[in-house]
Amino acid sequence: MIGLGHYLVVGAILFVMGVLGIFINRKNIIIILMAIELILLAVNINLVAFSAFLGDIVGQVFAMFVLTVAAGEAAIGLAILVIYFRGRGTISVDDPSRMKG
Amino acid sequence: MIQAIAFYIFASVVIASGAMTILSRNPVHSVLWLILAFFNAAGLMLLIGAEFIAMLLVIVYVGAVAVLFLFVVMMLDIDFAELRAGVSRYLPFGLLIALVLLAEIVLAIGVWNFADIGPDTRLAQIDPSVPNIEAVGRALYDRYLLIFEGAGIVLLVAMVGAIVLTHRERSGVRPQNVSKQIKRRPEEATRNTNPEVGKGIEL
Repeated sequence: MIGLGHYLVVGAILFVMGVLGIFINRKNIIIILMAIELILLAVNINLVAFSAFLGDIVGQVFAMFVLTVAAGEAAIGLAILVIYFRGRGTISVDDPSRMKG
Repeated sequence: MIQAIAFYIFASVVIASGAMTILSRNPVHSVLWLILAFFNAAGLMLLIGAEFIAMLLVIVYVGAVAVLFLFVVMMLDIDFAELRAGVSRYLPFGLLIALVLLAEIVLAIGVWNFADIGPDTRLAQIDPSVPNIEAVGRALYDRYLLIFEGAGIVLLVAMVGAIVLTHRERSGVRPQNVSKQIKRRPEEATRNTNPEVGKGIEL
């Protein structure tokens, strides 16, 4: 029977995959943002799994707040990406020395 | 039994599509794999009775976030081959860190045992007779009302910030001037003339 541990392992694998995505796609901000979405998805799976298996609805409420923050973060991140591309013509994050305040 | 089969299908597809998201050569394919991962995560949540969060995942992530990614990937003219250059260099190091992290987390899950949480320690116990969406709504609009409003403010600030960041005044365009159009009267725009036969009129 499927238990809490199964869900936690799926969440852990997804989380690690997000971290790996940030590591190996160091130049491509779009993939980095997608990897962050994967990490937040793993967190949501954990929250919902705990909520269901411990019989407490609060975890699902907090999963909703994580969803809100993920949506806002994607919007702001992509907006920054667009103006960065407009100024430089590339989205490579190799030399961020230009990003002085 | 059928629940276990469904769990393993959803879990394997979500993990495989997560891997494809970070490994695809083309970012458009990455976004499409990400959408598949979101759908299967929603399936995982449906299996344990969190219907509202599952549908929210489909609507918010697939309908808004993934489409936003797709727009940005397709609208910016980016040389993606150049951005792939470092992948083989970082792959061994990244894999090492990822494997260590995964081993630690799985180890922690393996040895972890939670004490039995009694009904009195739960903030809002799940009642099987109450539908999931109603239970979420009761917790959300009662105990967590202030945080809910805060989430609304977060979204508002994100929207204003995204517009402020990407908006630009462009020169050389001829925008519509609505008040000038409305102020225009027939007397100043038209003129009656009675030209002689065979002659035109001077404008």
